[in-house]
Amino acid sequence: MTDQLAPSLADAAPSKLTRKDFASDQEVRWCPGCGDYSILAQTQKVMPDFGVPRENIVFISGIGCSGRLPYYMNTYGFHSIHGRAPTIATGLKEARPELMVWVVTGDGDALSIGGNHILHSMRRNVDIRVVMFNNRIYGLTKGQASPTTEFGQKTKSTPTGSADYPIHPLVVALAAEASFVARSVDTQTEHLQGVLERTGFHRGSAFVEVLQNCNIFNDGAHRAFTDRDVRDDRMLILEHGKPMIFGKNRDLGIRLDGLRPEIVRVGEDGITLDDILVHDETSEDPTIHNMLARIYWPEFPVPIGVIRNVPRPTHDELVDAQIRDAIARQGPGDLARLLRSGETWTVQ
Amino acid sequence: MTSTKAHDVPVQELDRVTIRFAGDSGDGMQLTGTQFSRAAAVFGNDISTLPDYPAEIRAPAGSIPGVSGFQISFSASEIHTPGDAPDVLVAMNPAALRANVRDLVPGGAIIVNSDAFTPPNLAKAGYATSPLADDSLRAYTVFEIPVSTLNARALDGLDMTSKQVDLTKNFFALGLMFWLYGRTMETTLAWIEEKFGSRPMIAEANRRALNAGYAFGETTELFHETYRVAPAQLAPGTYRNITGNEATALGMLTAARLADRQLVYASYPITPASEILHYLSAWKNFGIKTFQAEDEIAAIGAALGASYGGALGLTGTSGPGMALKAEMLGLAVMVELPLVVVDVQRAGPSTGMPTKTEQGDLLQALFGRNGESPIPVIAPATPAECFDLAIEAWRIALHHMTPVVYLSDAFLANGSEPWRIPELDSLADLRVANRTERAGFYPYERDPETLARPWAIPGTPGLEHRIGGLEKLDILGTISYDPDNHHRMQLLRAEKIARIARDIPPLEVFGPPEGELLILGWGSTYGAIRSAVERLQGRGLKVAHAHLRHLNPFPANTGEVVRAYERVLIPELNLGQLRMLIRSMFLVDAEGFNLVRGKPFQISEIQAKAEQVLGDR
Repeated sequence: MTDQLAPSLADAAPSKLTRKDFASDQEVRWCPGCGDYSILAQTQKVMPDFGVPRENIVFISGIGCSGRLPYYMNTYGFHSIHGRAPTIATGLKEARPELMVWVVTGDGDALSIGGNHILHSMRRNVDIRVVMFNNRIYGLTKGQASPTTEFGQKTKSTPTGSADYPIHPLVVALAAEASFVARSVDTQTEHLQGVLERTGFHRGSAFVEVLQNCNIFNDGAHRAFTDRDVRDDRMLILEHGKPMIFGKNRDLGIRLDGLRPEIVRVGEDGITLDDILVHDETSEDPTIHNMLARIYWPEFPVPIGVIRNVPRPTHDELVDAQIRDAIARQGPGDLARLLRSGETWTVQ
Repeated sequence: MTSTKAHDVPVQELDRVTIRFAGDSGDGMQLTGTQFSRAAAVFGNDISTLPDYPAEIRAPAGSIPGVSGFQISFSASEIHTPGDAPDVLVAMNPAALRANVRDLVPGGAIIVNSDAFTPPNLAKAGYATSPLADDSLRAYTVFEIPVSTLNARALDGLDMTSKQVDLTKNFFALGLMFWLYGRTMETTLAWIEEKFGSRPMIAEANRRALNAGYAFGETTELFHETYRVAPAQLAPGTYRNITGNEATALGMLTAARLADRQLVYASYPITPASEILHYLSAWKNFGIKTFQAEDEIAAIGAALGASYGGALGLTGTSGPGMALKAEMLGLAVMVELPLVVVDVQRAGPSTGMPTKTEQGDLLQALFGRNGESPIPVIAPATPAECFDLAIEAWRIALHHMTPVVYLSDAFLANGSEPWRIPELDSLADLRVANRTERAGFYPYERDPETLARPWAIPGTPGLEHRIGGLEKLDILGTISYDPDNHHRMQLLRAEKIARIARDIPPLEVFGPPEGELLILGWGSTYGAIRSAVERLQGRGLKVAHAHLRHLNPFPANTGEVVRAYERVLIPELNLGQLRMLIRSMFLVDAEGFNLVRGKPFQISEIQAKAEQVLGDR
């Protein structure tokens, strides 16, 4: 199983901590009504479940509203520079594989200025958990278009509408070979807790997109499908091994027509539950995962939950194994001998 | 002095010889030069080498841009440079001759592979007529040897293509040079065995080529004398030949051992720094973790992350990469973690001339970041010294909790000299303690002496805290926008670096402690300056040399030293960067001598400039 932490971490766990143990003494300063409050609260809530001592947990962030989260966690924290948190996390894991490292980022931080680092930390399967707050706008700089801003959307930097096509964050994560890919929503607190918990137990590169509302600069960016009265019909909650069913009456499903997904109603036109795609998050073949990462409202319900979860040796395990192998093969390095390697001569 | 060998070729004793091997970049000239250097070093000569190769891996064969050269100077007395002008040029084709002949000393010897002087090759080199046929080389002694033909004959019977055979002709030339300078072939034969042992035919071919060259020297009547350069009187000890990049890598590894910490080297490939990554990656059984990052920024980010975790986070690059690392270096200043950045400088700006040397990054290292961002900067003076300065970089980084920039350059990186191998127990203990005590822990509390903050690494119970790029409240380390606090923190960060001057050796002067002229240098110009000053002093001139290893802060006595002379001359391979600092800091009217041709200074150039300065008085 990949959803296991190294025993050394779990074994070291002291008596069970609570959510309060993970709140720092700093006053939380996001705009009133910001979706970040919920993400922080759910993060603090699930932390005790991992059984990892506080001192072995590190939150690393970049720049943007999301970047402030480490200040509010009573763990080790590093608020770094724009887009570069995955690089610091990679180096930290290289030096200290036993630590549980979270990267907190946003759509601009992760996909624009830091896009390269997301790509490479994921493909290396560095054992880090990237949580990307996606509000589809630059909030901290007060309202410019981000890589996920909708085409044609008017923002301060695109007064006549954005001419840039938006990116699907999870498609990028899958293309980069992240071993764990998931999506949740700031307002669906239980679901978010569940996804964060799964994320925390994964070993390897995890990428989680949290649809988050910026009520000041892009209010309601996700509400067309997240509002309470429509979300059952417009979101698809993925569960491993279960058919992809959604809708108020739980009678809508996703079926494959050749290579293309389509929405069908179970019980109509002879369609039964057996026709509906069954979610397999562990499938090595990413075809269906790519489809799930790409389908979106209004053509399709927006999938949330764990899309992909595959076991693969982590980067730090591989690096350590190479060192162990080299020592087994050559013996531990003898520095005095190395300094004297090559031809030497002695002057009396 | 002349004596006679058994087969009647007189032997001439020389104090110093400089040879340049030149050929097409596919001709193996770097290998030939390296092999000759090793043999000279093992024999006990003092040596200094200068490889000079094109940025293109294989420029068009036979063309001038494709010429690759390797210069070695070996001597019976102490030397500091690879020699101004070669005494001997080994030219494997017309382009190599044309690109190098004007550097040769008047009356110097040229050994050419006459087989390569074909009409197409002559045309590629831009010769209208063969220089071997006209009298354009009359100022030199030319030895025309059909190297390709003779070598092919020696390899006759081996199951190899003619192309494979031709690839070994450099060893024929090497064998001939070994004979000419009375060297044994042992080191190269051992190298062939080590390198090609598993491919017996290739090994045999190289052995035959080498022996054939040597035997040709013995039997031909072309050469009327051979030469001997006696061993030099170096300080007692065990030596090996070493390049700056290898010494840097070994120094970094040794520093990690002395600090008893994990070394994490994160780097992105860039000329001329990549070899450091190659060396450190090969030493996995020493527990080194190396990481080839996706870009320069990721490399320094990973190094900083490793340092945050309590390891020695190291990154290496050249000028263009330094520019990319600037923002992360500023973060390292703000979070006050130990970190070392190696900048193997090359000719800039921009991509510049990637394989050529320059000292253009001094001001970038000092100031190339936003805001007030003080960083210690150090620079080794010779290839062997790269080892000591690597350890010095970590000593400063660890004791003062700061990023450090280590400025090497392409000349140091690729050049080599004998290195007296140190005894490990003679090296300084670099261990520093992590903060573990909970009581009274504040992330930005400072050591009263050094102003260093505590190193409290993740995994330490009770010390959970947050750091980052935002301004810190003094002592507590929480975010602060308080104007007075920001002012105080700026001064504290500056003072912390300034205080390192208490902890570094004074600037030493070679020559009179006061007088007419001080020549002040830094980095790889050491050898040329020292040699020039030795010559000037030999003529009774009151000239002194001082060489800075610490560029920020300067040694505490620097002002005193530069004010003790009537004139101060600062030779640099840039347009006056150290001079700007010296003038602004010490109000001394220092003069510059600045050449930016991608090449090291020649001794004679510095000597002539110094004479001119002295004559101006």
